[in-house]
Amino acid sequence: MLKYVIKRLFYMIIVFFIITLMCFVLIRMLPLPVLPPEDSHTKVLLMRREALGYNEPYLVQFWIFLKNIFTKFDWGLSEKLYFGREVWDIFSQKLPATMLVNFYSIILSIPFGIIIGIIAALKKNTWVDYTLSTVTMVVISVPSFVYAFLIQYIFCYKLKWFPFLMKSGTDWFSPAMFVSMIPPIMALSFGTIASFTRTTRAELTEVLTSEFMLLARTKGLTKAQATVRHALRNCAVVIVPSIFGEFIGILGGAIIIEKIFAVPGVGGLTLNAITGLDYNIFMLSTCFYTAVGLLAGIVVDISYGFIDPRIRMGSRK
Amino acid sequence: MDNINNLQFENIPAEQFEFVQDADRIHDKELQTKARSFFADAMIRFSKNKSSVAAAWILLFLILFAIFAPMISPYGVKDLDKLYVNYPPYLEWAAEHGIKSLSGAKVFDSQNDVAMNFWKGIAVETGKDPVLETLASHEYEVKSRGKMVTKYSYDIRINAYYALGITYRVFSFEEFKKIQDWQNEHGIQIIYPYVEPSDISGITDNPNIWYKVDAKGAAVLDKDGNFVPMYSKRQEIAGAEYNSLRIPGDDGSYIYSCAKSGAVQCRIEYYNYYTYLFGHVPQYIFGTSSMGMDLFSAIGIGARFSLVFAVLVSAINLTIGAIYGAVQGYYGGWVDMLLDRIGDVLDRVPFVVVITLFQYHLARKVGVVPSFLFAFVLTGWIGMSALTRKQFYRFKSQEFVMAARTLGASDSRLMFKHIFPNAIGTIITRCALIIPGVIGTETSVTYLGIVDLSSFAGTSIGTLLSQGNATATTAPHGMLWPSVFIGLLMICFNLFGNGLRDAFNPTTRGVED
Repeated sequence: MLKYVIKRLFYMIIVFFIITLMCFVLIRMLPLPVLPPEDSHTKVLLMRREALGYNEPYLVQFWIFLKNIFTKFDWGLSEKLYFGREVWDIFSQKLPATMLVNFYSIILSIPFGIIIGIIAALKKNTWVDYTLSTVTMVVISVPSFVYAFLIQYIFCYKLKWFPFLMKSGTDWFSPAMFVSMIPPIMALSFGTIASFTRTTRAELTEVLTSEFMLLARTKGLTKAQATVRHALRNCAVVIVPSIFGEFIGILGGAIIIEKIFAVPGVGGLTLNAITGLDYNIFMLSTCFYTAVGLLAGIVVDISYGFIDPRIRMGSRK
Repeated sequence: MDNINNLQFENIPAEQFEFVQDADRIHDKELQTKARSFFADAMIRFSKNKSSVAAAWILLFLILFAIFAPMISPYGVKDLDKLYVNYPPYLEWAAEHGIKSLSGAKVFDSQNDVAMNFWKGIAVETGKDPVLETLASHEYEVKSRGKMVTKYSYDIRINAYYALGITYRVFSFEEFKKIQDWQNEHGIQIIYPYVEPSDISGITDNPNIWYKVDAKGAAVLDKDGNFVPMYSKRQEIAGAEYNSLRIPGDDGSYIYSCAKSGAVQCRIEYYNYYTYLFGHVPQYIFGTSSMGMDLFSAIGIGARFSLVFAVLVSAINLTIGAIYGAVQGYYGGWVDMLLDRIGDVLDRVPFVVVITLFQYHLARKVGVVPSFLFAFVLTGWIGMSALTRKQFYRFKSQEFVMAARTLGASDSRLMFKHIFPNAIGTIITRCALIIPGVIGTETSVTYLGIVDLSSFAGTSIGTLLSQGNATATTAPHGMLWPSVFIGLLMICFNLFGNGLRDAFNPTTRGVED
């Protein structure tokens, strides 16, 4: 198992470096932003560009880039949006909002998704199952900004339960902040709940028809006991990794929701960097999203191994 | 008993035997039923799936909408009205027949008597009453000169198109003449008598006031409760001669324009002026966007681009993916591993990053749409190649492949004539599921503003949605119709795709892949 994990990690790091190198070269090939001549930061920025090797070959530049990250954790300075500020400082200020919204959303989604999935599986081929499956299908198909709009219009405008946009400030755990986070959390959760429901239903219907379930019932367990103790545990093999994957995955997919509800998070920063041509911030975001995507994949794979002894045994030979 | 029975059959004379078949030749009967092809079989299975069939019909309707809506609509992409911006859905015919959702109605809350008089002023002058109905009236008390006075305010629904009323316009002399001719021909009043700002307490920004007002702009009524007209009669400021329709109550002394350095300024009724310009009254069945674009045709135009683009991307991705996957799956070994790693690396690049880099590098050189297309093609084929690879691994060791190889078939013939047709069902299914994926991504990216298609396609669903989102509370129709369209399109494509999958691969029914 350890060997497998190390192998996967090693492979992940190589892929990460290849992608970073590709994006790095492509970003450095772009014409540099013109700096305002009278600003006091301009001189510093020009000197930094010299130190970062902007006149050297791309591989040398990449080497300096990596060296700065590993020795000083220096991701460069913002040259457009937050003129002259450290990119990592800006980024780390934006991270808590994104993390919190995603965290709450996943906490909300797990119980709802799994419970609805269990109901649909237990009532298979009845109207309950058909309704739930249809709703799930609809929610998965419809793009997230459509229900973001519905939430905003109904809950924020008509009913006036929540503020329109997320509160600014850094008091992450104050009640007002939490209330203002509810709309983006809801908008993010719909899709996640639907995908958990679908996974749980698909897995559970398969497990419920297997022979060990019949055995469990024959030896005298009630249906509830058999479902909880035998069926659900077997489903966990698929569900738990999908929870890990989903958590890391929605970190990367929330740009639209962040834009609609003005969440002061990483997605909004990335979007601003893209439209504002701030290459250093964009480079950091690229690394972030790439790492998040790779981590999601590897965590799913490894957690399969931890949860399911069959896969663990298989990898040992 | 048994013995006796058996004895009966022991010594049967030879002449008692006869042939069952003598002249007939024994052979299999020819198949009476018609041979059913793989596709026909799949279609029969598909047509049994009611929800997928319904989805297919709705899909057809949406596609027809995308094709014909821009043709039916009298407005094109370039027809941006500067005044009818974010206006609600309106059709004159429907409004006359009392269909509320198409009456161009907006709800105005808490209108006091000053505001009510303003609406009445428009109604009296233009003959088009903007107030459709009163929803509620509130009673409230205010202190006025030391006494408590009871006042009323109303929640009303008004026709936004009528409520626009009169606007100021500056015309050249020829244009002014042309409008007069048009008025004479059609008998519709466009130009209304001029009002000097000095007569109406110096108000210059509200062309709808033609009556006596106090310093705050509230109407001052005469003792019968009627407006006191303040139309200008000063012939010396008149811009040009006026020989056309005059409003009731005009004895010929009112002036209809004002001189403005080589041109004339007039008060025109916009609704009728619009009729003069376009040859028909405003008709926006879905309302207008925040750019003043007809949403009906805008959605059609956006959808048309999305659909064509998605089909194009899918076709390219399927071709590349199928060939790549075929080579991978057929040769296996180190080729497979190398190609798999390349695909893996490309697949891991976040899509936002891919699109952005393509926009940065290529948009200016080859245009926005081609660079957008390249971004989709760069990573889009990977799913398809993985699928084809799997199918090839499944089929390549089967006997029919070995037989073909023994007969001397070349590698490419084996790949594309023998193995590939077996995977065709999977590929068709995949296609039906790729298209909504591409449309969804395209909408998201244009919604976020990373890619701006408006110079090429005019608009896109994503752009319309982001424009609508900015005014979602005051003009929800701007967000509603594009949302409904895209939502319906995605649901139907997915249902249709699932139906196709079940039809082509009956064994995998209900399994998500």
